[in-house]
Amino acid sequence: MLLLFVPSLLLAGCAGAGSLGTGGAGKTVTVAIVSNSQMTDAIDLVPEFEKTHPGIHMRFVSLSENQARAKITASVATGGTEFDVVMISNYETPQWAANGWLVDLQPLADATPGYDPNDFLPQVRDALSYQGHLYSVPFYGESSFLAYRKDLFQQAGLTMPEHPTWHQVRDFAARLDNKKTGMAGICLRGLPGWGEVLAPLDTVINTFGGSWFNLNWDAQLNSPATREAVQFYVDLVRDYGEPGPAVSSFGECATLFGQGNVAMWYDATSVVTALEDPSQSKVVGKVGYVPAPIERTAHSGWLYAWSLAMPKTSPNHAEAWQFMSWMTSKEYMHLVGTQKGWSHVPPGSRASTYQIPEYQQAAAPYLQPTLDAMNNADEKKPTLMPVPYTGIQFVAIPEFQDMGTRVSQQVSAAIAGQTSVPDALEESQKYAQIVGDTYKGGVQK
Amino acid sequence: MTTTIEAATTPKKPARPQSGPGSRADGWTRRFPLLPALVFTFVITQLPFIVTIFYSLQSWNLVRPGSRHFVGLDNYIEVFSDSQFRRVTLNTIVLTVGAVLIAVALGLLLALMLNRAFPGRAVVRTLLITPFLITPVAAALLWKTTLLDPTYGLVNFVLAPLGVGQTDWISSFPLLAVMMAIVWQWTPFMMLLILAGLQSQPTDVLEAAGVDGASNFGIFREITIPHLRRFIELGVVLGTIYLINTFDTIYMMTQGGPGIASSNLPFYIYQRAFLGFDIGQSAAMGVVVAILTTIVSIFALRLIFRTFSGNEASA
Amino acid sequence: MSTSTTTPPAASAPATSHTASAPSKRSTGNVIMAIVSWVVGIVFFFPVFWMVLTAFKQENDAYTNPPKLFFTPTLEQFKEVLASGAGPALLNSLFATVVSTLLVLLLAVPAAFAVSLRPVEKTKDVLFFFISTKMLPIVAAIVPIYVVVNELHAVDNIWTLVVLYTAMNLPIAVWMMRSFFLEVPGALLEAASIDGASVWRTMREVVLPVVSPGIAATALICVIFAWNEFFIAVNLTAAQAGTVPVFLVSFITSEGLYFAKLCAAATLAALPVVICGWIAQNKLVQGLSFGAVK
Repeated sequence: MLLLFVPSLLLAGCAGAGSLGTGGAGKTVTVAIVSNSQMTDAIDLVPEFEKTHPGIHMRFVSLSENQARAKITASVATGGTEFDVVMISNYETPQWAANGWLVDLQPLADATPGYDPNDFLPQVRDALSYQGHLYSVPFYGESSFLAYRKDLFQQAGLTMPEHPTWHQVRDFAARLDNKKTGMAGICLRGLPGWGEVLAPLDTVINTFGGSWFNLNWDAQLNSPATREAVQFYVDLVRDYGEPGPAVSSFGECATLFGQGNVAMWYDATSVVTALEDPSQSKVVGKVGYVPAPIERTAHSGWLYAWSLAMPKTSPNHAEAWQFMSWMTSKEYMHLVGTQKGWSHVPPGSRASTYQIPEYQQAAAPYLQPTLDAMNNADEKKPTLMPVPYTGIQFVAIPEFQDMGTRVSQQVSAAIAGQTSVPDALEESQKYAQIVGDTYKGGVQK
Repeated sequence: MTTTIEAATTPKKPARPQSGPGSRADGWTRRFPLLPALVFTFVITQLPFIVTIFYSLQSWNLVRPGSRHFVGLDNYIEVFSDSQFRRVTLNTIVLTVGAVLIAVALGLLLALMLNRAFPGRAVVRTLLITPFLITPVAAALLWKTTLLDPTYGLVNFVLAPLGVGQTDWISSFPLLAVMMAIVWQWTPFMMLLILAGLQSQPTDVLEAAGVDGASNFGIFREITIPHLRRFIELGVVLGTIYLINTFDTIYMMTQGGPGIASSNLPFYIYQRAFLGFDIGQSAAMGVVVAILTTIVSIFALRLIFRTFSGNEASA
Repeated sequence: MSTSTTTPPAASAPATSHTASAPSKRSTGNVIMAIVSWVVGIVFFFPVFWMVLTAFKQENDAYTNPPKLFFTPTLEQFKEVLASGAGPALLNSLFATVVSTLLVLLLAVPAAFAVSLRPVEKTKDVLFFFISTKMLPIVAAIVPIYVVVNELHAVDNIWTLVVLYTAMNLPIAVWMMRSFFLEVPGALLEAASIDGASVWRTMREVVLPVVSPGIAATALICVIFAWNEFFIAVNLTAAQAGTVPVFLVSFITSEGLYFAKLCAAATLAALPVVICGWIAQNKLVQGLSFGAVK
């Protein structure tokens, strides 16, 4: 008590004088958001919202993904009151709902005329629900697929199959990789971070028949299938991948592919925003899209959704919901389409988006591949063998962020050539087993 | 403290008690100006640290509500059995010592260079101090993106004639890349410090030595270096204090990777706290690091006190 | 020179013969040294120049190999940066920097006075305590600080940063100021105390004039560190109190091209402190020498 009391004396004189600028009548809603391009568009369009909702003043904190996640988690977990709306994903939503940190949005969504929560893509809606209730609403959703340069394939006399396997992809990469011309065969993420290298790698592990844990929560990171998958991934990116793979992620690959230095790229379906925008990309119209390469499973794409949730500690539930429902509404899609261009419409959240004629036209090269990928991504059955967890490119347990990061650091070190894949996986296995042990016997310790 | 009070209670020289060297009034007028700063620093820096010690005795994962319970010294045992923690400690030492020594050595050369008169000296000095003024976050991003990017970076372009090609500095030599950015920022600081030292050299002594026929190198070795020693030592101590807590540069450039190749202690603790949300463990690491740095600082401060012993005598 | 004529003439003879051939050699040497100095200066400055240059590029021009030195300059990046909230961030940084620096001086000057001119007991312990707080890793304490600040409802409050920056810079300021105070001639103080001047009058009329360049140097150092601080700001601010370094980081995106915009933001972020530093560089030299310059 004393510890809290003494600094409060020092701050007492300052209380209430916290803000510079802003103020005035009405309520202020503060949103913590990830600084991706769709979110930036949304922030640009907020004046439209404030026009139709006088009395609500919006404020945004926009941070890069890692920072946003650290900050939002710390704030929500400690009962911080600085955010009314937070952007989270299908990783956090069910866990935080179970912890009792989030407001149940189902009643609000059902009671909002025209909001139509049943229009959300079913896989996404499931991924953001806890006990059948929505606890966050999707802003955009993504799966993963393979982008490739149609022109380069044609020149080389190669044909991309409709459902490629990873071994076919490797052969293509070997043919197209040319160190002299600076052309990399494929771009794959290698940057440490559970949301970085592990996202594509986990889908490779899954389709090779590997997993993080078996049904007994025994870690499976050094199992033959997992090892084969990781070795394949590391070899592929080291032999035929981009320069500097151990620090490359979405942004680096987007730049390299967009500037014409890569022949294939396996990543999120949202790559299209970078590749199909003439102001950023020199390869518009030359890119083809096929489903995530497979090996032993039928599908292999991941499922991810950036969504808006409301911490229980927010004092402005009503106003917060008005904003959340606006940003995830059908009308918002039309607003973005008319104001920012139809290719800017956030994909992968609402089925109705895919019925908009203007969007169908603007998104023609990738509309169907994206929708197929979204519909085939099943969080409930991510692996070949049954597992005790859900999540495709992650394991939906709170320890995954730390465990995943440690494992990703090992993998990244293997990609950088600083350790071998078997050594990296032995080390990873240890971290995973420590976590697995706390889940043994079906009850958390 | 007790001696002051004793002295004060002893009645002496009732005529001018306020000027007596040991009187209560004098003790307080002397002490009073110090108190606000002392109390403020204590409250703001020490209380969070006491809370950290308290947290370090608990098992508490922020994202597993209800997990919080007292575990005694378990967290400390885990810290010491964590092989990554040892590796990261080593990284911290390499990074701090390496960056400080390189920056001091370069700073010395640059200071000697600037101590000579040449056309445009003021402009060159202005150019040289600029890196120190750049926001470290901006500097780190600048190095990571426009300078060291393997494909579009300036460094590889400049070094291309030497056959460097598409070297990926940040993943091949992560600690070196971080060190480069830090050295770039801290060399000007060291340079300014040593320059101040050079310019405070008593000119009559130098001239006398020159007339005595001492060689330039002889003058440098016999007179300049001993004179500069206190400035160099000060640079080492200050550089160590700031660089041992390097965070921004690593966070922005490498995220501690690849693997943990460029993680230092602050970054590692940050990851445990803001990625693992393992409050107990990160607190224990913090306490261990604080103890280690205090030991280092005792040695460093001995140096600094010796450096200023001349001043100390006059105080 | 005239003072050193005590040198025996025997020794001066070879010296003159040595200097006879020196002028031409020395002047070429000087030219070479001047050129080397300029080259080194330019090399050190070049990354900054490149940052400013890139800020005037279109994103596509920023991503070329070989890098482009000539291009059509554009102000587009600066416009976008300013439009996305640079104003409030600059204002917050300015406020936190200026107020914390003033607070630091307000606390540090009397404290330094106490530990230098009129030393109290255990001066060394006090100084050690101050500097030792700089060695504690702030990372270790950020969670407790966050929890406490949150309890006080002071997260995202600019005054929180002011208080923490004051604590961050205070130790170094006390140290610097102390060294300057040690420079005050003892005779002046003696005179003042014989005159029966009070502590405050002594301070105001005798000490402050002597140490005012030192105060300026200390203030500059505090300004540099406060303006550039990132870790505390990113963890304890949200929408209202975000400072320039935090704003800067929001330009890193995982999608699309961002070098040019980032460089524009970085240029704006660094500009105020760079200008201050350039203007006050002489003071900085003095300040960094901790008053050791006689």
